[in-house]
Amino acid sequence: MNDSTTLLSLAFKRFKRHKLALASGLVLIVLAVLALGAPVAEAILGIAADDVDLLARFSGPSVTHPLGTDELGRDFLIRLLYGGQVSLMVGVTAALAAAGLGTAVGLYAGYHGGRADAFLMRFTDGIISLPLLPLLIVLAALDLEKVGIPDAIANSENVSLYRIILIVALVGWTTVARLVRGAALSLRERDFVLAARSHGASDLRIMGVHILPNLVSPVVVATTLSVGNVILLESVLSFLGLGIQPPLPSWGNLLTNAQELIWTAPALAVYPGTMIFITVIAFNFLGDGLQDALDPKAME
Amino acid sequence: MMSYLSHRALHSLIVLSIMSFVIYGLLGLMPGDPIDLMISADPKLTSEDAVRLRELYGLDKSIMERYGNWLGAALSGDFGYSRLFAKPVPDVLFPALANTVVLIGTAIGLSLLIGLPAGLIVALKHYSKLDYTINLLAFSGISMPAFWLALLLIILFAVTLGILPAGGTGELSAGGAWSKLQFLVLPVMTLTIASVGGHTRYMRAAMLETLRQDYIRTAKAKGAGQVRVVLVHALRNAMIPVVTIIALDFGFLFSGALVTETVFAYPGMGKLIFDSIMGNDFNLALVALLLATSVTLIGNLLADLAYAWLDPRISYK
Repeated sequence: MNDSTTLLSLAFKRFKRHKLALASGLVLIVLAVLALGAPVAEAILGIAADDVDLLARFSGPSVTHPLGTDELGRDFLIRLLYGGQVSLMVGVTAALAAAGLGTAVGLYAGYHGGRADAFLMRFTDGIISLPLLPLLIVLAALDLEKVGIPDAIANSENVSLYRIILIVALVGWTTVARLVRGAALSLRERDFVLAARSHGASDLRIMGVHILPNLVSPVVVATTLSVGNVILLESVLSFLGLGIQPPLPSWGNLLTNAQELIWTAPALAVYPGTMIFITVIAFNFLGDGLQDALDPKAME
Repeated sequence: MMSYLSHRALHSLIVLSIMSFVIYGLLGLMPGDPIDLMISADPKLTSEDAVRLRELYGLDKSIMERYGNWLGAALSGDFGYSRLFAKPVPDVLFPALANTVVLIGTAIGLSLLIGLPAGLIVALKHYSKLDYTINLLAFSGISMPAFWLALLLIILFAVTLGILPAGGTGELSAGGAWSKLQFLVLPVMTLTIASVGGHTRYMRAAMLETLRQDYIRTAKAKGAGQVRVVLVHALRNAMIPVVTIIALDFGFLFSGALVTETVFAYPGMGKLIFDSIMGNDFNLALVALLLATSVTLIGNLLADLAYAWLDPRISYK
């Protein structure tokens, strides 16, 4: 084995063979750049996202409005790009938060074993066996003031953003927790853990420095695959009027009015859904490719 | 086996009772207050009346006490009245339950009818163009937001072609069987497309895993033909994980059909849960949510039992 065949370069070599995953990665980068470039698009077109033009409602595609306008005459392309910022941000942040929570629970349960493990895993099983969507709807509909959130936060503009990230993370950590727990359970019996312990390393150090790095690849795969799911959940909740609240646009809430307007402007229902679809499928292929690339069983 | 079964059933029962308390508590944190709703319905009520009503309905008591009262009544079969429908809760629940069972039963059936053979064929032609194409289609189905698919189907079949209704049920329309059945077509199509990708991929994965086993090589070595190897030796074993997925799916779809039902205004459990939460109908929401939880738990339980029953290598002592 020469110097260049490190685990990472080996994984990258395998990943490059997975053409769909590679293409998906590129698509996601382009989408992210486009979404972040929303202010640039505003400057080029010379219109702002909130510019209302009641005389030009539901106008078709034109030079000034490449995708036409919505029910208030706002430019749909720019709304779509800003919606992308929100949807991608929610998807990635909530998936990372859920992965962090899941890793912490799984690591603790798997490393300590015994009663803590039994209790945490029973709890995880309980959460997994619940009907996810109705539960999310209840959590999304809670009155924040009754929960005891201070007024200043409960009425702030972006509260719907934080709320959705939080509730998705609260129900979404279970897959990673099970995965990490299983891996930690076998890793803690390995000789390098014994060696670290005999050197006087604390439990926290063993978990963080010796076990955690060995869990990176399964957690990365699971997290990538879950981003697509999170974006779907966000879009469903926003579509039902419980997720991201207008005027903040997201791909889901851009579809909220689409059903009522389906006879007037069917095109408005097509664009945001296409964006969700492309993003979710790209994350799924990316996760699939990463799985093949990082799975030690597939090593040749 | 029996002790495993009773152990699992007990666990499900514990989850259900914890959830009943959690949901009871969460519903109390919803916007809107039952007494405020009564006041807004009747402007003649004074604030003294409000206090009296609060006492009358026990709303001044602690949450534990109120939950205890509800549980006692529920266990004796009294689930209260639905505010939205002005009927006892079970009278609202059962028709919705029947509608949902028809909807997801048809959809899962169709999805299996398409997905299982597709997965089987693809597994036999591993790494072929066909495998690649079907895999892409399956991934597309999984990645498609169900409500968006529903909107697209409405645009195609109701707006453009005008051959199917955009939503509702046939309850009010007179006429033959078709006038009622046509309302089922688009919701069933949505749910079928949404789940067929998953079924294809599960079948494919299970089949690929089985075909790699030693006993398949043995069967081939002793001279069994390709058809016999696939249908008799491989398929039976590959079906074990697939059967459990079906049980899980039923539990999942029972409430997962919520968005599809809402988009098509189909009066099933999902739409009932959504409407009752949005309409401050706490009695109905509580029981409907608990019913959905029970069905999901039973689906999980059946999946585990099916696994133990079908696979003799697994013994639960």
